Amino acid sequence: MDVWSSLMDGFATALTPMNFLYAVIGVILGTAVGVLPGLGPAMTVALLLPVTYALEPTSAFIMFAGIYYGGMYGGSTTSILLNTPGESSSVVTAIEGNKMAKAGRAAQALATAAIGSFIAGTIGTALLAVCAPIVVEFAVSLGAPSYFAIMVLALLAVTAVLGSSRLRGFSSLALGLAIGLVGIDSVTGQRRLTFGQPLLADGLDIVVVAVAIFAVGEALWVAAHLRRTPLHVIPVGRPWMGKKDWSRSWKPWLRGTAFGFPFGALPAGGAEIPTFLSYVTEKRLSKHPEEFGKGAIEGVAGPEAANNAAAAGTLTPMLALGLPTNATAAVMLAAFTSYGIQPGPQLFSSQGPLVWALIASLFIGNLLLLLINLPLAPLWAKLLQLPRPYLYAGILFFATLGAYSVNLQAFDLVLLLALGALGFMMRRFGLPVLPLILGVILGPRIEGQLRKSLQLSAGDPAGLWSEPIAVVIYIIVGLILLWPLIFKLVRRNRPAAAGPVPATETGPAAPSGSSAHADLPVHPESAAHPGSTVHSGSGVHADSTARPGSHSHPDSTARPDSPAHADKKETP
Amino acid sequence: MSSLTTGLKGRAELGVALLLGAVGVLVFLDANGLVTPYSQSDPVGPKTVPFIVAGLLVACAVLLAVNVIRGGQGEAEGGEDIDLTHPADWKTILPLAGAFILNILLIDWAGWVISGTVLFWGSVLALGSRRYIRDGLISVALSLLTFYGFYLGLGIALPAGLLEGIL
Repeated sequence: MDVWSSLMDGFATALTPMNFLYAVIGVILGTAVGVLPGLGPAMTVALLLPVTYALEPTSAFIMFAGIYYGGMYGGSTTSILLNTPGESSSVVTAIEGNKMAKAGRAAQALATAAIGSFIAGTIGTALLAVCAPIVVEFAVSLGAPSYFAIMVLALLAVTAVLGSSRLRGFSSLALGLAIGLVGIDSVTGQRRLTFGQPLLADGLDIVVVAVAIFAVGEALWVAAHLRRTPLHVIPVGRPWMGKKDWSRSWKPWLRGTAFGFPFGALPAGGAEIPTFLSYVTEKRLSKHPEEFGKGAIEGVAGPEAANNAAAAGTLTPMLALGLPTNATAAVMLAAFTSYGIQPGPQLFSSQGPLVWALIASLFIGNLLLLLINLPLAPLWAKLLQLPRPYLYAGILFFATLGAYSVNLQAFDLVLLLALGALGFMMRRFGLPVLPLILGVILGPRIEGQLRKSLQLSAGDPAGLWSEPIAVVIYIIVGLILLWPLIFKLVRRNRPAAAGPVPATETGPAAPSGSSAHADLPVHPESAAHPGSTVHSGSGVHADSTARPGSHSHPDSTARPDSPAHADKKETP
Repeated sequence: MSSLTTGLKGRAELGVALLLGAVGVLVFLDANGLVTPYSQSDPVGPKTVPFIVAGLLVACAVLLAVNVIRGGQGEAEGGEDIDLTHPADWKTILPLAGAFILNILLIDWAGWVISGTVLFWGSVLALGSRRYIRDGLISVALSLLTFYGFYLGLGIALPAGLLEGIL
């Protein structure tokens, strides 16, 4: 298949007036909710799912593309103007971005974020268009055993690598898998976990689960801890950049993109690691290292580009393998399924026009983002001052509406409340949300591949490693699982390296890595113990989450584990 | 661990372990109750995966309990509007949940316009707004707009309930 001509066809589809309108709506909506606290792109897509059932799939996905990038950009606006990032991927942006805003350079910070996002998003989408068909070509040769292995890898990687406590990640994953089991077993027709309730026979609707965990859980959690003092929003005019800002920004943009795309495309994707790596790199390469910590523009340009390139990278495994690695991609996968479309290697041949229209609309969405957001920045800043009672009551209102309109039955609202309470509990006790959502969505698919593999081998478990790719992946899975153990052994064998700076053994990036430890709001202990509790056996000190008293710290939202991840990634 | 508050917090998190364990046992019992003849075409059967999930849940429950007893603690999630310095404010949450439940009870009988108004108004009040009349008007407007928006724009007929014939 010729990528170029397919892509041009995609543009032809995406640029019809109606579809273009949906792209514009998507970008505006995505940015608006991305800016609003408590709302992320995953939740927006989940809330809009029922609404888009009335649209054709192509239009719906064009809108989702706009929401996806819009939401990413909106999140960075919030972190620059408020210094309290809601998403982990914006944490690094807030470090320099908010300092710039406080120094009266909010306009430049927003401009470099917007233009960097545009450049990274465009390059990332181009890479997606080039890479996805290659991945597909490779993927069609894979059988059920390899798919099973890849999905296991994705689940474990997301659970074990992201988040601050692996144990809590696995707890969340297990709950998600259990929720995914509910309903009639597709092979034998047996009812599982339905408790004789016919309404549960079809399983829990993924829209209901996602809206409950993301929206209702979040609204209840914020309600319990609502900040009564208004936050200080830094006022901003129209973003612009001077000549010097341009010359200091363009290299970080490109380097950030180079970090972001591959990490996004890996099964253990996510934007935390590449944004952090980009920050550290810019700090080391900068001609103005003294400005870091006081508002260096490179520290905004690089991580923002990395963030958006990672967002594009995430779509590669999603479209080519049917493998989501972040929450938004997971909900989009659910959307594909609800339209009766199976993402995966066959997608490009069976739904070619739709996929290419989606990719084309990612380019369009990116450009719209730049054109719309530069003039609208002051408006977004105002949106941050929406009275909180209206905001969170509105979230509950639209969550209810969205969940109810799927099946028009009040029973779904009972589920919504129950799962919302679960989401509340998870936030209270630090259980990450993403593994649960991935468990719900991927669980049934994994089971399907497992049963298909063993069916082919007539029940012989050796069928699971009958393909070379599967064997390689199991080795990687083993390494991920055993990583804390290996890390411990290495540290024990080198007692000199033990202490708050394990970065001395992390190879080339060590100096910057260790200096970042000092600058970021990091608890030294958590940096020293990237391993967590699952395998260590001694949960007392190794648990990086045991940080009582740190809640009052204004920066406690900054994930303490990101440097640890960086070290982990660099060592092998 | 030494002070009373951390001890209490630790005990609260044991509830999470308990929940995980309970769900694990439930999944196990449910799968165990399935009756399936062995079939050549499906050697795995519908029980295997539930058993694995149940095992994972119980293992997590035990490890989490050990972790909490040894002083481990999950980190509560922060955010733009979250102030973790004060404890959970049940005076906000309970009325909020009340408004939500009222909506569930009312939606099929009284219809979306009424139940949605109750939901939004109740939530806004629970969250601390004190402009009763303005909030009420906004609630009614939102419910009406979404009702007609869904009906005319999307072809989804939300229940009209008591107002059937008027709307």
